[in-house]
Amino acid sequence: MMLSRLGRICSSLSRQGLVSRALLSTSTYVHRPGEGSVKRVTLLPGDGIGPEVTQCVERVVDVMKVPIVWEKFNSISGADADGHPVEALPEELLASLRRNKVCIKGTLFAPLYKENTNTQSLNVLLRKELDLYVNLVHAFSIPEVQTRHEDIDIVIVRENTEGEYSGLEHEVVPGVVESLKVITEKNSRRIAEYAFEYALMNNRKKVTAVHKANIMKLGDGQFLSVCRETAAKFPTIEFEEMIVDATCMRLVSNPQDFDVMVTPNLYGNLIANLAAGLAGGAGIVPGVNLGSEGIAVFEQGARHVARSLQGKNLANPTAMLLSSAMLFRHLQWPSMADRLETAIMKVLQDPALHTTDIDGSATTSMYMDAIVKEL
Amino acid sequence: MAARGIASKVRGGGVPLATFLPGDGIGPEIAKAVRQVFEVASVPLQWEEHHFSPEVIDPSTSSMVTREALDSLLRNGLGLKGPMATPIGKGHRSLNLTLRKELGLYANIRPCFSIPGYKTKYDNVNLVTIRENTEGEYSGLEHEVVPGVVESLKVITEKASRRVAEYAFRYAKENNRSKVTAVHKANIMKKADGLFLECCRAIAEKNPEIEFEEKIIDNCCMQLVKDPSQFDVLVMPNLYGDIVSDLCAGLVGGLGVTPSLNVGDGGIALAEAVHGTAPDIAGKDLANPTALLLSSVMLLRHMELGTHADKIEKALLGTIAEGKYLTGDLGGKSTTRDFTNAVCSKI
Repeated sequence: MMLSRLGRICSSLSRQGLVSRALLSTSTYVHRPGEGSVKRVTLLPGDGIGPEVTQCVERVVDVMKVPIVWEKFNSISGADADGHPVEALPEELLASLRRNKVCIKGTLFAPLYKENTNTQSLNVLLRKELDLYVNLVHAFSIPEVQTRHEDIDIVIVRENTEGEYSGLEHEVVPGVVESLKVITEKNSRRIAEYAFEYALMNNRKKVTAVHKANIMKLGDGQFLSVCRETAAKFPTIEFEEMIVDATCMRLVSNPQDFDVMVTPNLYGNLIANLAAGLAGGAGIVPGVNLGSEGIAVFEQGARHVARSLQGKNLANPTAMLLSSAMLFRHLQWPSMADRLETAIMKVLQDPALHTTDIDGSATTSMYMDAIVKEL
Repeated sequence: MAARGIASKVRGGGVPLATFLPGDGIGPEIAKAVRQVFEVASVPLQWEEHHFSPEVIDPSTSSMVTREALDSLLRNGLGLKGPMATPIGKGHRSLNLTLRKELGLYANIRPCFSIPGYKTKYDNVNLVTIRENTEGEYSGLEHEVVPGVVESLKVITEKASRRVAEYAFRYAKENNRSKVTAVHKANIMKKADGLFLECCRAIAEKNPEIEFEEKIIDNCCMQLVKDPSQFDVLVMPNLYGDIVSDLCAGLVGGLGVTPSLNVGDGGIALAEAVHGTAPDIAGKDLANPTALLLSSVMLLRHMELGTHADKIEKALLGTIAEGKYLTGDLGGKSTTRDFTNAVCSKI
């Protein structure tokens, strides 16, 4: 996604008052008959600020007249009434996802709870059940959103089904716990191939594999060797390997050094959150989960429930909106995606419309009214 | 940190003895700088120097660390280590693993603070990472179940978790820190990190004067880059500790200015510079002794020689803040000698 370049074009064009007209008249997308027909999209508002930000998506879809019909699942939460993790995925939700193939998902609680460790958080269950093995997070600098670093444009391709998230733990004897981290060649290969293909399709120059193979020689070692094999199949893309601790140190001092990153599950989680924090926070970074069944679940890149902001009209819907733009492109509606992204970039140019998470004082409604006005 | 429960082993004249492992590359030069500073500061400490090389493996330790060096460390209970080149090849234990296992080092402590005069994008950092250093993901227990499927075991025990948590709270109290944050992923690794978290909570209850909070590792990483000033002392299992301590070093300027201390049972302490040997500038009087000096300061504090520690730290930070004598990596053109002399002149 060439969003940051789009952002730069927008800021220069908007200064000349030429934004929407210039972009739309020069790009035309010849759709296949039927591509513009109504699509059913599953909507999972979730917990915390989830419902508020997904509502913003609904509003935008309405205003833009995007041909989407929502299949909403308002009552699904990551935690039950006692605050314990919900242990099973509702069948209707799974059926809906398999039928529609696309989903907008808000944030779901992943509560702390020690019993029943065979079950996992709803987020993880969803990924495993639907084999959503790619978690893609795009962290990029937005002009006018103040951050310590500039010109960040990093895509993290994270393995999303195995690794440390296997849920296989047991207490050997009282006070001694073993937790299994599983790395398979098959899943490592899938994710490495996706990362390189993504780089190719999006004109990216370099893929960095993040690992700790000097310590976890067999596990991460396997991941790394598969990445190397895959790199050999894409000779036009530069390949780099970096140990996870050195990666984090480099990220916080020179995030511009990174392009596409491919990682196993846990490191991907940390690095995506790090990169999101560097680019401006959980409120602006979009993400998507993709799988072998052709299903795509679009959500925030950093899955923070933000309970403290819940219900206060303070949440930042940017991440969710950018994610929806990714959804539009995925559904072969590039002009819808461009229009939405242009509007978002234009609105964010005005610091008065920044929400509190990016050091502004605007409310969600103020921001959304501005977005709607732009559209 | 107090040398609690051990006697600073005294020898001949009552001056404590500490083992010095200068290392390779720039190691000897920065070691010289530390000796010079300690002399000018009249630190009541004698050094017992030991050398070893990556080419020679000592069979009695199965590593490049010599038996004499280990015995010296065990005897003195105090050590300072410079950067070392590691041998290539197999058939021996790694340097760090050997030191850790033989000396029973269970916690790694790294203070990270913004250094006036050495500007980074973050200028309000003042935190300490305390990392459990014996178990967790670094147990080295892996096997290939069937071809193409590997299991790596992460081991968390109540004993090791309690031990590091206790150290963290003790450190906080002795160093006037007000908050300890336990970093974990217990929502996913419910039993393993859950156990670690419970141990931290139990120790927190016994230390009500210190504020205690819990942070999930991914949120912690995000918060560290958004606002590192919200953190004070962080206590973590092995892997997160490894990642977060390097992350924090990156915030304040890298391994060249980051001190590190490892503590073991019985109060044994090994301070070390965690940067590399920098072979390209070795022997050219260009190296920056800051990391080794700050680590030696940590060692002094561990020995309860707080006044000397403060004197040296103040002189060092003052030199960097003044900006007149800075080594290349700090943005200046001074030699190691000039930099060290400047520090000594401020004592």
